[in-house]
Amino acid sequence: MGRETMREIIRRREVIIDDWRTIDEDPKGESGQVILPLTRWHAERDRWWSWNGRIGVRINPADRVELLRADLARLALIAIEFPTPSEGRGYSQARVLRDRLGFTGEIRAVGHVKRDQIFFMARCGIDAFELAQGVNPQSVLAAFDDFDVAYQPSTVPLKGQRGFYAT
Amino acid sequence: MYRYDVIDQALVDERVAQFRDQTRRFLAGALSEDEFKPLRLRNGLYIQRFAPMLRIAIPYGLLSARQMRTLADIARRYDRGFGHFTTRQNLQFNWPRLEDVPDILAELAQVQMHAMQTSGNCVRNITADHLAGVTPDEIDDPRPYCEIVRQWSTLHPEFSYLPRKFKIAVTGTPADRAASQVHDIGLHLKRNAVGELGFEVLVGGGLGRTPIIGHVIREFLPREDLLSYLDVILRIYNELGRRDNLNKARIKILVKSLGPAEFARRVEEEWAQVRKHGLALDVREIERMRAFFTPPAYEPLENHDATVGREPAFKAWHRYNTRAHKVSGYRVVFLSLKAHGEAPGDLTAAQMDGVADLAERYSFGLLRASHDQNLLLADVRQLDLYELWHALVALGLATPNIGTLTDMICCPGLDFCSLANATSIPVAKQIQRHFSDLDYLYDLGEIQIKMSGCMNACGHHHVGHIGILGVDKHGEEWYQITIGGSASDDASLGEVIGPSVPQSAVADTIQKLVDVYVEQRREEERFIDTVRRIGVEPFQDRVYGTRNDARNYSAA
Repeated sequence: MGRETMREIIRRREVIIDDWRTIDEDPKGESGQVILPLTRWHAERDRWWSWNGRIGVRINPADRVELLRADLARLALIAIEFPTPSEGRGYSQARVLRDRLGFTGEIRAVGHVKRDQIFFMARCGIDAFELAQGVNPQSVLAAFDDFDVAYQPSTVPLKGQRGFYAT
Repeated sequence: MYRYDVIDQALVDERVAQFRDQTRRFLAGALSEDEFKPLRLRNGLYIQRFAPMLRIAIPYGLLSARQMRTLADIARRYDRGFGHFTTRQNLQFNWPRLEDVPDILAELAQVQMHAMQTSGNCVRNITADHLAGVTPDEIDDPRPYCEIVRQWSTLHPEFSYLPRKFKIAVTGTPADRAASQVHDIGLHLKRNAVGELGFEVLVGGGLGRTPIIGHVIREFLPREDLLSYLDVILRIYNELGRRDNLNKARIKILVKSLGPAEFARRVEEEWAQVRKHGLALDVREIERMRAFFTPPAYEPLENHDATVGREPAFKAWHRYNTRAHKVSGYRVVFLSLKAHGEAPGDLTAAQMDGVADLAERYSFGLLRASHDQNLLLADVRQLDLYELWHALVALGLATPNIGTLTDMICCPGLDFCSLANATSIPVAKQIQRHFSDLDYLYDLGEIQIKMSGCMNACGHHHVGHIGILGVDKHGEEWYQITIGGSASDDASLGEVIGPSVPQSAVADTIQKLVDVYVEQRREEERFIDTVRRIGVEPFQDRVYGTRNDARNYSAA
């Protein structure tokens, strides 16, 4: 773990030093918290399941999160890849993970993640943000408060929310 | 009409603040063109050929006199004194300055208007029958449901980055006046066998490069399940819709590739899972929303024939530009934005102010925009029609041509649009000049011409009785003609009659088509009915003559 991997991320609206490592950064898992690509998790599932550390997986837009149902108990983090600013599948992946599959670990947006996507991402249950290269995390914190009202319920409710809905 | 409460107002105000900050960051160089583009599009702002274009939402086509005056004010102060009504009941300004747009949006917010999601890959303005609430054949007023769907879809956190744009239309009568079958989702209000209200749900209709009529995926959806069902459709589309090819990204392509039955099966399977804990609409909330659309305070009046003893010009206007109202003593009045010599759908600032005054004097202060680019005063006393007609004549909005050949749909075309291959407005004017004899138009009866300047089909050419599509041939403007299309309940896609024709020949070609109709028609038969009965061949023969002539056209 060199100094170059002292990455700043946003977690629950605070800028912190990332305490997770990708498997490329930390091949032996010395940090005790590693993020594997989904393919690698699938290929080496048994070995990692019994490993004595916390595990995250990184998923791509086309991955079906329902297929992770049986793995969620072992996963502490799911990193959702947003390869472009117009990528929209990650918003559904996050909501399905939270609302349908009941995932309570960290959901982290990675890739092309910038200020103007953060509000909707947070509403969908994404609670950590590894921003695109060159974006200062402090400069985007205001995005969480772009709106304090919403028309529709979502994974994360807001103060002012329309009450159309039967409970 | 719907009135904003504190939540609605806070939302549009916060949206303006957000866009003001985004515009500031773009102008300061902190946001690239590529990053700013999806943000400005979601606020209705395009960069067009000569200037930005701002598309303002008119939810389901309904607007107040006060809102219309604000639009007039914006047209004068920020634009060149006019606006253009679109086929999705929106209004476009063609000359605003980018740096003024946050101020324009702030002024709109003050009269409960916005430009949210009038563009971009998200759920667009919800459209409806322009006769909602006043037409005698209505099952239920679609507008409360439109407003519910508008709110649900506005700034939806999960569905704001869809593969492509998404259009929803709602109708409340068996007659489809909202082109709902060529929408991504069409919702038709209906009652089931025990009298409960719900929707027939169509998915996967659309025009553009691949025109498709929507497929019914559910015969009856209870109305309280509306949003949970839409949620499921949108989620499946968000996950599975193609993102690798812009031209194959609409839901119609997904529905086509899976097959409508398989798509429906997946929706039903997913819905069965989410239905219990999904978004169920509270019936009291539906009623609360319906209360915004209760009928105005109509006077108890008898029907009377306003045309008795009046001049022929008024009688013609009454016949063509007014429609029956469900309340006795009232009529629905169309304001034709298809005056000969004007760009279809355009309205000047002075006309906007004028119609706002007329709405207040004659129609409870409300106006409507129709998807075929006209305006309506929906609740006019029959006693006032003659006086109103004079006022509309003075404003240039009484051309008695609603439903006739010159009441055509027309996109802005190459005169404004950066996507267009060819101009549309000059062709519209050519057709207006050629078919300027009203008595002749009346004899031809109902003929819908719809014209688009490119494949994207903003002018709905595929579903015109006569469709005109502008194409670019080696830098020259040519026009492909289709016949037999319809956007109504009998929706159908037109058939191309043959090689495209040069711009100068469009009106002459249409003349040949209507000549065949006049010769072949049976009693009471409309143009479209004749096309359906006899097929396109007699029309092709008239336009192209022998096969050799056709080859000459295609070689040109």
